[in-house]
Amino acid sequence: MSLNIIVLAKQVPDTRNVGKDAMKEDGTINRAALPAIFNPEDLNALEQALRLKDANPGSTITLLTMGLPRASEIIREAIYRGADNGIVLTDRVLGGADTLATSYSLAQAVKKFGKYDIILGGRQAIDGDTAQVGPQIAEKLGIPQITYAEEILDLKDGYVTVKRRLENGVETLKAPLPCVVTVNGSAADCRPRNAMRVQKYKYAASPSEAAKLSDERKALLEKRPYLNIEEWSAAFVEADPQQIGLPGSPTKVKAIENVVFTAKESRQLDDSDAQIEELVKELIANHTIG
Amino acid sequence: MANFYTDNPDLKHHLTHPLMEKIVALKERNYTDAEKYDYAPLNYEDAQDSYDKVLEIVGEICGDIIAPNAEDVDHQGPHVENGRVFYADKTVENLEACRKAGLMGMAMPRRFGGLNFPITPYIMAADIVSRADTGFENLWGLQDCAETIYEFADEDQKRRYITRVCQGETMSMDLTEPDAGSDLQSVMLKATEQPDGTWVLNGVKRFITNGDSDIHLVLARSEAGSKDGRGLSMFIYDKRNGGVNVRRIENKMGIKGSPTCELVYKNAKAELCGSRRMGLIKYVMALMNGARLGIAAQSVGVSELAYREALAYAKDRKQFGKAIIEFPAVYEMLSVMKAKLDASRSLLYECARFVDIYKIYDDIAKERSLTPDERKEAKQYSRLADALTPLAKGMGSEYCNQNAYDCIQIHGGSGFMKDYACERLYRDARITSIYEGTTQLQVVAAIRHVTTGTYLNLIQQYQTTEVKPELQALKERLAAMTERYAKAVEEVGKVDDVAYGDFMARRLVEMAGCLVMAHLLMLDANRNDSFKRSAEVYANLAQAEVTKHSDFIANFNPAEVAIYKVD
Repeated sequence: MSLNIIVLAKQVPDTRNVGKDAMKEDGTINRAALPAIFNPEDLNALEQALRLKDANPGSTITLLTMGLPRASEIIREAIYRGADNGIVLTDRVLGGADTLATSYSLAQAVKKFGKYDIILGGRQAIDGDTAQVGPQIAEKLGIPQITYAEEILDLKDGYVTVKRRLENGVETLKAPLPCVVTVNGSAADCRPRNAMRVQKYKYAASPSEAAKLSDERKALLEKRPYLNIEEWSAAFVEADPQQIGLPGSPTKVKAIENVVFTAKESRQLDDSDAQIEELVKELIANHTIG
Repeated sequence: MANFYTDNPDLKHHLTHPLMEKIVALKERNYTDAEKYDYAPLNYEDAQDSYDKVLEIVGEICGDIIAPNAEDVDHQGPHVENGRVFYADKTVENLEACRKAGLMGMAMPRRFGGLNFPITPYIMAADIVSRADTGFENLWGLQDCAETIYEFADEDQKRRYITRVCQGETMSMDLTEPDAGSDLQSVMLKATEQPDGTWVLNGVKRFITNGDSDIHLVLARSEAGSKDGRGLSMFIYDKRNGGVNVRRIENKMGIKGSPTCELVYKNAKAELCGSRRMGLIKYVMALMNGARLGIAAQSVGVSELAYREALAYAKDRKQFGKAIIEFPAVYEMLSVMKAKLDASRSLLYECARFVDIYKIYDDIAKERSLTPDERKEAKQYSRLADALTPLAKGMGSEYCNQNAYDCIQIHGGSGFMKDYACERLYRDARITSIYEGTTQLQVVAAIRHVTTGTYLNLIQQYQTTEVKPELQALKERLAAMTERYAKAVEEVGKVDDVAYGDFMARRLVEMAGCLVMAHLLMLDANRNDSFKRSAEVYANLAQAEVTKHSDFIANFNPAEVAIYKVD
């Protein structure tokens, strides 16, 4: 059975290896100082999609991302790993969106996309850490959702069976298709880029990128249609201007506090059980652990 | 999050050597494949960009998966169950990553699903993989064997087998036996032709790397009653047909992740590859040359890791109130390690480029006849490749052992413990100067290029290069050293005594090797300032070696060989 798979992904600043200039003085992210990467858990989601494709030859994987035009970089990354194509939902009016406006915009794009069997996405993005967009999309599309997925165990007869990671164990759920599955970082790592695909698709470009290319490269895009990455605007997905971007984002940032961790005091403990137990209790009490 | 390609700018320096433009244009037949294959390069820049991007994948897999897995693989190792080999769990993971990344059959033509890479970027991948896990480099690098099928098998065999290698099936070359190690003429494995024209193999092979591979190249005696190399033919054994079992795997000192097997052939169905009787004299020689270049790359990878581990430790370790890298005794070791690493790497890629040119001409000759100029060039490069391969393998593997030794030395007592990677790489390094022909046999292969002047001509050609003013003194110094070498060759040549000639061969070959590498580093420094230090350090080392050997030869009475003879 061939499937139509949508993978939701986001290009994010790499917050895992931050230097001292990672934050601006006002406490917002200094995007210029951080490399833009494929959100890590979205790569886990892509791997689950690729496994579904391996098991169901003829399936297609479309990466859907909302962001700046340069987000086509992650579409190429996904194609190098085995995705078939991708769509960048990009428009000035989409900027400044919170999770509500983002999920609305993406849900509109999914509706425009047409028929699909399953939507996969990372649990959350490392820049916002909300884990809200996937679930909200499912709600807006009126389809079931499974979150914290670690492995898709089975997909057949219109149902998907998923193992999900919970705090104290795993749970196996079965949901009717189509549905949204958000994938946890504990799922299998994404496979590497494929050497042949990299060579085949390295010149793939979106219209915004193509505009800046040499005539020779533009000609190549015409000659090889599969190198064209689609860009969709808010109007194209028929988004209500009041529900997107800043107007559609009720979330207001009240204040941002720059938290600086400093060790104010140090304490010497001996290795007796009593001391260790005392420390553990203290750490649990102040919610450092547990 | 490490990338073993992008963290090492020296690799790109070699990848973008001026000769590459010619190599790639030949390999890509002036970029005509781009019409047929959507992943073929459009021009030279595009090809270089593709090599760069693919090597980035190699570097990433090595940094993120293979290197972190190396310790586990070393501990767990493979095992045998019911005649089959089971790799260590992490080896399986490594192989899977390489398959998914499409890094099998890299140098094979596109019509079989390969990437059609020249040997040079392929060898670079081997260099990178070896730094991550030396033993794994064997399993991955045995894709080399497909080259032999490509060169000598018929079109149907190529289509059936090379395609599978490109899809990720592994290979092995089943050559050695209990009584046929370095001396392959003694191979006994019996090949019997059946009435229907097929063959069956019976006998035992020993020390077979990855001996439970999917596709085997087997050297066997097809001519009953024959005794020497002319009775041997090459066969392809497909594991799917059955008939070969693994009796045991060796318990080795190093490269523990790479299973070394003893194989029992029992009426194993096989196909003849190429012509009868040509197995050893033609095909194995070609196979071995490819494999030797592979071991040269493996050695460079180990040297790289040894240098990096030693450098990191020397910066980190404080004694007497400062980091030990501050002490001359330590920094000298480090700069010499780096010079040996850089020298052996320059030689490796020089050799790879020469191999590329003649092999591509050989391949073109299958499509059309070469022009007289092309034929001449092919022959010239073939000779140079033949001369540099034993040097790259012989000296590169010795240097990697020396670097592994020094790496432990810099770690001091900690290096002797199992806690640091250096003890593993010390064990892994040891085989490089033994398999695919010991260093002593590399000398045997190289010595004729000393006597016929291949090395001297090459060195003199290097000497004709215009260098930057700051390298002029170095060039003159190397010219003077070359004269000493030429004189030593002449001295040894005057004595008409085979034992004496064999006795001195190692010295002459080492001198030639030092001079070739010293010149290559000078040329590297001419192109890129970052090689200047290594060029100077290596020149000092080479000078000491050349002086030592030339003094030894000058002061040695040929009759004294007898006193070395141990009964």
